[in-house]
Amino acid sequence: MMGFYTLLYKELLRFWKVSFQTVLAPVITALLYLMIFSHVLAEHVQVYPGVGYTAFLIPGLVMMSMLQNAFANSSSSLIQSKITGNIVFVLLPPISYVEFFTAYVLAAVARGLVVGLGVFVVTMAFTVPPIAHLFWLVAFAILGSAVMGALGVLAGIWADKFDQLAAFQNFLIMPLTFLSGVFYSIHSLPPFWLALSKFNPVFYMIDGFRFGFFGVSDVSPSLSMLVVLGCFVALSAFCLILLHRGYKLRH
Amino acid sequence: MTSAIKIEQLHKHFGSLHALKGVSLDIAQGEFFALLGPNGAGKTTLISILAGLARADSGTVEVMGHNVVTDYRAARRLLGVVPQELAYDPFFTVRENLQIQSGYFGMRHNNDWIDEIMTNLGLMDKANTNMRALSGGMKRRVLVAQALVHRPPVIVLDEPTAGVDVSLRTSLWAFVRGLNQSGHTIILTTHYLEEAEALCNRVAILNQGEIVALDTTAELLKSSGELKLKIQIKPNQLPLGLSSYVVKQSDNDYSLLIHKPAEIEHILAQLRMAGITIVDMALTKPDLEDVFLQMTSPL
Repeated sequence: MMGFYTLLYKELLRFWKVSFQTVLAPVITALLYLMIFSHVLAEHVQVYPGVGYTAFLIPGLVMMSMLQNAFANSSSSLIQSKITGNIVFVLLPPISYVEFFTAYVLAAVARGLVVGLGVFVVTMAFTVPPIAHLFWLVAFAILGSAVMGALGVLAGIWADKFDQLAAFQNFLIMPLTFLSGVFYSIHSLPPFWLALSKFNPVFYMIDGFRFGFFGVSDVSPSLSMLVVLGCFVALSAFCLILLHRGYKLRH
Repeated sequence: MTSAIKIEQLHKHFGSLHALKGVSLDIAQGEFFALLGPNGAGKTTLISILAGLARADSGTVEVMGHNVVTDYRAARRLLGVVPQELAYDPFFTVRENLQIQSGYFGMRHNNDWIDEIMTNLGLMDKANTNMRALSGGMKRRVLVAQALVHRPPVIVLDEPTAGVDVSLRTSLWAFVRGLNQSGHTIILTTHYLEEAEALCNRVAILNQGEIVALDTTAELLKSSGELKLKIQIKPNQLPLGLSSYVVKQSDNDYSLLIHKPAEIEHILAQLRMAGITIVDMALTKPDLEDVFLQMTSPL
């Protein structure tokens, strides 16, 4: 287990050493989103009765930042290690593929939570949303980040160059997170887009997380949890099969 | 006694390329072993399979009796590998890198040994320097240190002196020789054949995925011939009858391997008959490079 703990520690230390880029930058970005959108829309939009638009937006932004950063952590660490060749330092020691996967995912969850907490703290200057169900809130934060951390492992193993990883990030992760109800309730969408949104797993992460704050959501939090959990199990199983086979790592 | 490395009937394909064609090799504990071969011979593939970085199509590899696939944890703990590529982790200092590497191998509180390795490899001054700020030679030293951090009894050095200056090469070999004398098994691949000749007690030559020579360094040197005749001739056209002796040719210099001194007279007679003048001539003992060229020549 010592090898696993060390890999986890190394992954945590790695993002912490460049925290300007890995923590502060996404917090500032989320803050800018909040300032602009709440300034433009606060007077015009009320999504849930009694909940101001700024308060509605905060959980969405927190979750979006967590998800994007969890993905970025595992995927960028792996692609950098592969391209610079230092992945051998992790492949030579007696670390099992399960330990390898778990360490990268947990580090991704940790970065997601740190960034999420950072975004939440700075947005408190605008308004403090209520916390209706702390359990759901924490469960969705951890599990949502874990799904994206696992997806990051998958992308990091698959990509051979930064360009491919950027494609994964820009053409899959960004649309999924932006079109998931961060800035709106999906019930405000036309029927076609409403139906389509229900195929987006990120929607369930954000909706469930928002339920933790307001106690209201577009779909039931249990259904959201089931979808997120299902995604995590499926992605983890896929990653573990690839790692067990040594796909792109052990030739 | 258990072999340090035992390889049996190892096959590996990369697409249509048959990179290893049934390689078998037994390296005893305490040996200083050279694995030589031209580029693309399969040396790095063999080492990668040994280290678990690649998987064989068939055959088995054991490190100190532990199968590298079915008992990989024990096998990897007993093996230290200095990879050929100059890889480093740019996020950490030299000491952090070595501490992290210790942890990967399950070792806590390893600072005394880390200090000892760093002192021996001349890294103490750079202990708290970020890896990015190190020169190529220093990065190479850290790679060696990383391979030794878990005190492996078997150490593989894959071209450790490529692109390294003379002073580091000398100090590195003194250090590795010391490790070998204290009981570590060393397996070395290098392009500097004089290094292998000076350090290794046994040599395997790999060519196109097959072992073409495997013997003690002394026996290999004997097998190639007793003497090497180096000649410079004018005009620069060696008679056809002498081409079987040639082991190396560059411009108008020819190196000919011969088994007994009497053959020299035969060679000189052939040159005289062809009307060729000898511009320069030297008689030396053959070295490992000659053996290597003989064994790996396409003819």
